[in-house]
Amino acid sequence: MPAVQETIDRVRKIDVDQYKYGFQTEIEMDKAPKGLSEEIIRFISAKKGEPDWMLEWRLGAYRRWLTLEEPTWARVHYPKIDFQDIHYYAAPKSTPGPKSLSEVDPELLKVYEKLGIPLKEQEILAGVQKTEESELEEANDNVYKSGRVAVDAVFDSVSVVTTFKKELAEAGVIFCSISEAIREHPELVQKYLGSVVPTSDNFYATLNSAVFTDGSFVFVPKGVRCPMELSTYFRINEKNTGQFERTLIIAEEGAYVSYLEGCTAPQRDENQLHAAVVELIALDDAEIKYSTVQNWYPGDAEGKGGIYNFVTKRGDCRGDRSKISWTQVETGSAITWKYPSCILRGDDSSGEFYSIAVSNGYQQVDSGTKMIHLGKNTSSRIISKGIAAGYSQNTYRGQVSAHRKATNARNFTNCDSLLIGDQCGAHTVPYMEAKNATAQFEHEATTSKISEDQKFYVMQRGIPEEEAIALIVNGFVKDVIQQLPMEFAVEAQKLIGISLEGSVG
Amino acid sequence: MLEIKNLHARIVDDGTEIIRGLDLTVKAGEVAAIMGPNGSGKSTLSYILAGREDYEVTEGDILYNGQSILEMDPAERATAGIFLAFQYPMEIPGVATMEFLKVAMNEQRKARGEEPLKIPEFLKRVKDAAGLLNMDMNMLKRPLNVGFSGGEKKRAEILQMKLLEPKLCVLDETDSGLDIDALKIVADGVNALRSPDRAIVVITHYQRLLEHIVPDSVHVLYKGQVIKSGDKSLALDLETNGYAGVIGQAA
Repeated sequence: MPAVQETIDRVRKIDVDQYKYGFQTEIEMDKAPKGLSEEIIRFISAKKGEPDWMLEWRLGAYRRWLTLEEPTWARVHYPKIDFQDIHYYAAPKSTPGPKSLSEVDPELLKVYEKLGIPLKEQEILAGVQKTEESELEEANDNVYKSGRVAVDAVFDSVSVVTTFKKELAEAGVIFCSISEAIREHPELVQKYLGSVVPTSDNFYATLNSAVFTDGSFVFVPKGVRCPMELSTYFRINEKNTGQFERTLIIAEEGAYVSYLEGCTAPQRDENQLHAAVVELIALDDAEIKYSTVQNWYPGDAEGKGGIYNFVTKRGDCRGDRSKISWTQVETGSAITWKYPSCILRGDDSSGEFYSIAVSNGYQQVDSGTKMIHLGKNTSSRIISKGIAAGYSQNTYRGQVSAHRKATNARNFTNCDSLLIGDQCGAHTVPYMEAKNATAQFEHEATTSKISEDQKFYVMQRGIPEEEAIALIVNGFVKDVIQQLPMEFAVEAQKLIGISLEGSVG
Repeated sequence: MLEIKNLHARIVDDGTEIIRGLDLTVKAGEVAAIMGPNGSGKSTLSYILAGREDYEVTEGDILYNGQSILEMDPAERATAGIFLAFQYPMEIPGVATMEFLKVAMNEQRKARGEEPLKIPEFLKRVKDAAGLLNMDMNMLKRPLNVGFSGGEKKRAEILQMKLLEPKLCVLDETDSGLDIDALKIVADGVNALRSPDRAIVVITHYQRLLEHIVPDSVHVLYKGQVIKSGDKSLALDLETNGYAGVIGQAA
C-alpha cells in the first residue's frame, strides 16, 4: 500500500467538503434547446453528420423510450427528473469535432491540465516510474513498461481530442470517438452497436440510444495486444446538460486491451443527469479489462446538487475462452445506479467484477453486477467492497444465473461492507439462480464497523486518527485496488481518502 | 519519568470506578513490575496510560517527564514516546505488517519534524530487529496480526516496540499464551531495550515472566490501588504465598 502516505497528505491539504474538480470553465458553447423530441434527435444526428441508418436507429430507440417507465426497484430516492428540462447537446463552439492536439482550443487544454489529465503525447503519466518502494510490493504484471496512456477527452457532448492515434493505428488498433467511428468505420459500428445492450434494454439505456452524443470506440483486431493503456476522460461542464455517452469496445480473437475511464463535473446546486451505455465484446481468447474511477460531483454536505449517474455497462464474452474484467472505484455522484455485467456466452469464458463503492454525506449508491452463465465451464468472480460514511446509503445488488446448458458454471461472490459512524446504511441484495444442477455458486458477505479497538491500536503506534481510518480502509479495499493498473491504483487510493474526509466524528 | 498521582478513573459507559486512588512512580532506567489478581485494574491502567477513550479520569493526574498527558490523544502519547504492547493485539486486514511499520515509524518521525526513513535504511532496521526476535521476513508481508499465532502476535508487538524506540514501554500480560521458548525470545527482546533513559512497566499475573525480565521494583495492584511495593523478592513472595497474604495485610 504505497499510497497510504499520499492519501494522508492529500486529505490534509484539502478542506472538508471541497470537491477538487468543482470548478467550471467559461467556454463558448453550441447547444441544442432544452427538451427532447424527434426534432432534437435529428438535430444531434445532423450535428454529427451521421448516416441515415444511425438516425433511424436513434429514432427507433426514442419511440421505444416514450413507452417506457422509469424503474423504481433500486434503493435510491430522488425527485422526479424532468426530461424536458435538460439540454441534450452541448459542444464547445471552437471544437465541433475531434482534431489534432495543435488545433484544440487552448482554453480546453487548460481544463484538462487542471484536471491532471495528460493530453500531450510525449508526457508520461506522473507516478508511473518505479520507486524503491516497489521492493515491498508484488510485481504488477499488467503495468505497461512505457507508462504511456492514450486519452480520448470528452467535454460535455463531444470528444475534443484523442491522443496517440497514429501510433495505435500502426498496431492496427482503432481508438477514436464514437462519432468518428460512425463516419469512418460504419461497418464495425453497425455490426456491434446495440448487440450487447439492445436499444430496448432499459429506460436509461433506451434514452441513451436515442440521444447519445459521444463516447469512445475501440477496436483491437485479431491477435493484437494493444500496445498501451487506453483511457477516456469524461467532463460535464455546461449546466442543465445531460451527458449521454456511448462506448463500444471490441476485442477480436486473441486480442487484449486494458481501458480506463475517469469522470468529473463542476460543483452545482442543481442535479445533472449522466446516463451512459458501455458495450464490450470479446471474441475467442480475447481479453478486455475495463476500469473506472468515477468521481462525479457528489453534492454538498447537505445533499444539495450532484450528478445522477444511471449507467448500463455490459460485456459479452461472445467467444470461447474469452475474458472480461470490470474494476470500478466509485466515489462520486449523488446517485449511482450501475451494474457492470458479463454475459458468459462462450464456453470456458470468464467474467470478473471488482468494485469499491465509497459513499459519504447524503450519497446513495445502488451498484453491483450480473453474471449470466450461458456457456459450458464458465466462471465468474465478484468482489465488492462497500464503504458507507456520513448519512449515505450503500447497496450491493447482484445477480448470478446459470442457464440450462451452462454445465459446470462456477461463481464466487464476496461482498464486504464497512460502516463508518452510525447514521449510514449498507445493504446486500444478492440474487442467484441455477437452472443447471452442476452449477457451483458460493456467496460470502460481511458487514463490519471500524472498531474502536482497531482504531485505538493503530493510533497507539503514533498514527493520528484520520490517517488511522485511512489505513484501515485502504486495507479493507486492497483486494480490489490490486486489480487496477498501478498508476490508477494510486489515484484511487487518494480518492477514497478524500471521499471519507470529515467522516471521523 | 512516570508519576501517577492519586488517580481515579471509571468506565465512561456505565460509570464503574476501576482505578481508585492509584499512586505509582517509575524512574528512567527502571523496570517496574505490576502484579495483582484478576480484576484488580492492571489492564485498565495500561489503557489509561495509552489514552483509551473508554475510560475517564475523574481525579488525580498522570505526569510523563513532568507533564500531564491527560489531554493528549493516543497518537500524541505514542509520538511522545509511550508504547503499549497489547495483551490482545488487533488484526488489521489488508495492511501488510511491513507497511504498517513504515507508516507508524514515519508518522512519528514526521511529528518530530524528521524526514521519512529512506527505504534501504527502513528495511535494514526491520531486518535487524526481526532477526533478533527470530522472526521470518516473509511473515512481515502478511497483514498485521491476521492469522498470527499467539506467539507471533507477541513477537510482532516487541518488534514494533524495538523499531519505534519508545521511552516508556508498557507491556500488558506479554507472557500470556507464550510457550517457554517464545517467552525467552520475547524476554530477551525486552531486556535488550533496557537502558538508562528508558522505563519499562511489566504488567503480569505470574512470576514466570519476571524470571526472565528481572524487575527493579514490584507493585501489587488490588481494587484499583497499589497496596504494596517492594523489590523483586516481593514477586517471589507472591509466587509462594499467593495474593491473599498481601491483601490481608492491606485490609
